[in-house]
This record gives sequence, structure tokens and C-alpha cells, in this order.
Amino acid sequence: MIEKALSGGKSYWLWLLFLCGVTVYGMIFYIQQLIYGLGITGMGRDVSWGLYIANFTFFVGVAASAVMLVIPYYLHRVKEYGKIIILAEFCAVASVFLAIAFVFVDLGKPERIFNIILYPSLNSLLFWDMIVLTGYLILNLILGWCGLEAEKKEIEPPSWTKVLIYISIPWAISIHTVTAFIYCGLFARPFWFSALLAPRFLASAFTSGPAILLILCILLKGFRGFNPGIDVLENLKKTVSYALSVHIFFLLVEFFTVFYSDHPEHLKHFSYMLFGYKGHNGLAFLSWTSIVLSVFSFIFLILKKVSENPKAIFVTLLLLVFAIWLEKGLILILSGFNPTHEAEVVTYIPTFQEISITLGIWSLGALILTLLYNMALNVKEKP
Amino acid sequence: MRRRDFLKIAGLGFISGLFLSSVSFSFKPTRRVRWGITIDVLQCKKNRDCKVCIEACHEIHNVPDVPDPKEKVMWIWTSTFEKAFENELGPLVKETRGSDPVLLLCNHCENPPCVKVCPTGATWKREDGIVMMDYHRCIGCRYCMAACPYGSRSFNWKDNRRYIKKLNYDFPVRTKGVVEKCNLCEERISKNLLPRCVEACPYGALTFGNLNDFQSSPSRLLRERLSIVRKPHLGTLPNVFYLL
Repeated sequence: MIEKALSGGKSYWLWLLFLCGVTVYGMIFYIQQLIYGLGITGMGRDVSWGLYIANFTFFVGVAASAVMLVIPYYLHRVKEYGKIIILAEFCAVASVFLAIAFVFVDLGKPERIFNIILYPSLNSLLFWDMIVLTGYLILNLILGWCGLEAEKKEIEPPSWTKVLIYISIPWAISIHTVTAFIYCGLFARPFWFSALLAPRFLASAFTSGPAILLILCILLKGFRGFNPGIDVLENLKKTVSYALSVHIFFLLVEFFTVFYSDHPEHLKHFSYMLFGYKGHNGLAFLSWTSIVLSVFSFIFLILKKVSENPKAIFVTLLLLVFAIWLEKGLILILSGFNPTHEAEVVTYIPTFQEISITLGIWSLGALILTLLYNMALNVKEKP
Repeated sequence: MRRRDFLKIAGLGFISGLFLSSVSFSFKPTRRVRWGITIDVLQCKKNRDCKVCIEACHEIHNVPDVPDPKEKVMWIWTSTFEKAFENELGPLVKETRGSDPVLLLCNHCENPPCVKVCPTGATWKREDGIVMMDYHRCIGCRYCMAACPYGSRSFNWKDNRRYIKKLNYDFPVRTKGVVEKCNLCEERISKNLLPRCVEACPYGALTFGNLNDFQSSPSRLLRERLSIVRKPHLGTLPNVFYLL
């Protein structure tokens, strides 16, 4: 079946070549980071996590959101999803890979990564995150592969995959919950120290994941003539808008608790996020961008006129994904670390090298996604 | 033996085992040693520009003097009262004493959040209370830096060995990519020496000793004078006390 991943026209190969090029470009800077140290990034002693961990959080969410298709398809037998369930599973595979890659490049001593397994520390959420992420990667690889092979042979998938499907549903929830626990278990960072963080993560994940899948479906329709069916697109749009409304609601709940109670430690971080602190308001600009984009996307998604216009909905979804990426990525990280323990604001600006490495990892993820999708579509198209 | 009897005996054995183990847990002997430090804020105020303890500590521990403030490595450093005790001081105190200098270092918490989060056990709490670091096991994920509410941990963002002024061959240097912090001079304590900062202070502003020992100097001072710790509401129970 793997040979199907590599059969394609000239433009397909050019696209692969382009992705390989960007990956190599990113890798060059990663080698520089290996030699010099993480000092080539914009991080520092006060803002000690940055763009990498922001991306990690975001992509764990995208991976978890495959469950938004798995539940209706396998539990409620929504037949229409049969066409794209494999795309959701392969998207989860690529996203988990991205998440793991982003944690990996964030390590100061990547050569010692196996210390996590050699000296397992059950009290560390990072240990559990490694367990659930690798487990989820394997689950989705097996499920996607078996489903596709069954489709190719035109038989039912083996019955034991049913068990894995039922396991994969709570597992998907767990990967994002554990990722939220990494943050919300730390009382040192009042911005993260909220029981609502895990539900918030899930809501924003179930917004951004299906939105990305919709974008991919629209792209595949344009470039490959793949037609997922109008029902699927409509259903996904509904999923995105419902999840988005919950996401906005959760955000408002968080704001209420902080601003009504006026609790100084929480207030400090949330005012920095929304209004700036001691004249530092660069992040506030990003926060409002994200909030305004989210709210407008919601309005556009439920307005019939816009949601029926394919171009308008495509742009809306792109902006929405960007808004969520900002919110649960950079804004979450930076408002957590700033103001610092000594009541100052340390501005974090990702360096050129850091952005290049990020681009490299993205394109590696896109490369994996392209290969998997091409394989899936080739199987689907040839009887 | 009948099955019924066997189950009875096994059940009784199980319950009594549970009981005994819980009893033995609750009768855990109290720790003999609990190291602590007191810092006399008034002395530090009188000698505002004094940096003797910082220089002494950083010299023997090969702590590099990194020029970039964002990448600084610090085991012990100074800040101001209003910054270090931001939520503990009222507005009036902040006005009058807010700009007083205050010495900061790892609090060697009784309940250290950094230890809990480490995914490799590279940082751990010793029986005598010292929060230790294993530079050879640390993978540099910086989870501990996010978990520490005091900013006591520094990361080697690059190879910082070039910034060590005078190399002390009796203490390890750190490579790039690992976290480091104050070790309460465990290498000196084991030789019955005082921590270097305490020893170096020309004004006797710092004392070190066993907080479980009624006679030790920090115990005495803590009984006699009013003291505060940083962020007490977090429940980390710092072992570094500030005498007011």
C-alpha cells in the first residue's frame, strides 16, 4: 500500500520537493541550535518556553480533535463521514508527530531524551504526556492503516480494530487533558492555574481541528477533485461553530472570574494579556486580534450568506485557525510567564532561527500529511 | 482447610496488614535535620551595595557571569522588597521600604513544586531538606523553571563556561542545555562548613543551621524576631526566612 503514497503527477512531486526543501532549511538551523544551544532562540530565564511549546499545545489539540469525527462515525453511525474518517485519522497522526517534534526541539539536551523512560517519574505530567502521545500516535496509525487496507480490499475492517476505536475515543480526550494538566498544575503561574484550562483546551481543539480538516477538504477538492460530499462539509461547519461558541464562552467565564474577583495574582496576568502591563502592550494587540477574529468567525459561520460562499468560508476558517493558534499558543505561554516573579515584563520575540526551525517542522508535518493523504486518496480513487 | 476458612483468614490478614502499615506511616519518626537560612533584611539595607555573598558563592560554584541579562545564571542575587514580596506588602510598606534590597536564592522548599514536575528525577529533595540537581540527568525541558514560583532556577542557554572568571577545579562546571540552581553548599555542609554566602557575609546578616535544633542560630533568631517567607500562601514552605 505504501507505494500508493508515492504515485502522483509532476505537480505532486514538485510539492513534495518544496516541502523537503523547507524541512532541510529548518534542519540546518536546528543543527545550529544543537551546536550553539537554545540561546539562538528568543527565550530566556523569565520567558523560558516560547514558540516551540506554543506549537506543541496547538497540535496536540488538532490531534485530539479527530474524535469529533470518530464519535459520530463509529458511535452514531453517521455514514457520510466514512469518506473522510481516514483523513481525520491521518491528520491526527501528522499532528501528534508535530507535537512530539516541537517538544523535542525544545529540549536543551535532546540526546538524553530516553532519560524519561530510563528514570520514569510518575509524578511528572511530562512523563504521562509522552505515554499518551506515543500511544495515540500508534492507535491512529493502526486504525488508519487497517481502515484503508480494508477499503482497498473492499472488505470490512478486522473486528479487533473496533476495540481500538473505543479505546481511542477517551484516549484522544486524555492527550489534551494531560497537556492542559502540564500547565494548570502549576500554582507558580496563576494564568494557567485554573481548572477550566483542560475544558478550554478541548473546546478550542474541537474548533481548530475540524476547521483544519475543512480547509484540507476544500484544498483537496480544488487540487485533486476529491469530493467529500456537501453533507460532510455542512456537518463539519456545524461542529466548528458549536465548539467555537463553547470556546468563547469558556474564555468569558475565565475573564469573569478573574476580573470580578480582582484577585491580584490572577489579575496581573490577565490584565497583561488584555491591556498590557507597565506600558508593555504588544501581547494585548495579539490577544485582541485573536478575540476579534474568533468572534467574527463565529458570526460568519452562522450567517447563511457567508457560510454558503465557499471562498468566504475558506478565508474565515483560515483566520479562525490563526486566532486559535495565537490564543492557545503564544498568548497562553507569554501571559503565563509575564509579568515575571519580580513584577517585570520581559518581551519575548522569536528569533529568525527559531521561526525557521518552526517552519521546518511544519513542513515536515505537511510532508507526512501529504504522503498519507495521497496514499488514502489513491486507494479511494482506484477501484 | 475449607475454602470459607481460608478466605476468612486471608481477609483478616489483609485488613490487619493495612492497619499496621497505616499505623507505621503515621508514626514516621520526625526528621532530625532540616537546614534553613535566615537573612537579616535590615543589615542588607544598611549595606545596600554589598555584593560579597553573591560574588563568594558564584566564585566557588563556577557560576558564569553571563553578560546578556535574559540568559543570566544566578544562584543568589538581589532584588527589591516590593518586587520580591509583591503581594505580601501593603501599599504603605511599599512606599517606605519597597526599595530596600533583598537577597534571593533557592528557598529549598519543604514542598518543592520543581521536584514534583521533573520528568527524569534530575531534581530531588534530600532528607535534610536540600533540593538537589543532577546536571547529568537533566534533559533541559525547563518544566522546573515554569513550576518554581521564585525564579530560582537558571538554564544554560549556551555554553557558558567561557564566562567563568576563575575556574574552581573542586566543583563541576555545567554544559549548555541543563538547569542549575543553588545547592545550599551541600558540598561544604558535608565537610561541616557553613554555606559560602553565610560565611562570607561581613555583617553577619545570614545564619545557617538546623531548624529542628532548638539551639541553632536560625531557630533562635526565628523565635526572637519577626520573619516572613516569600509567597507563603502557595504552601511551598520555604526554608529561607527574612528577618524584619
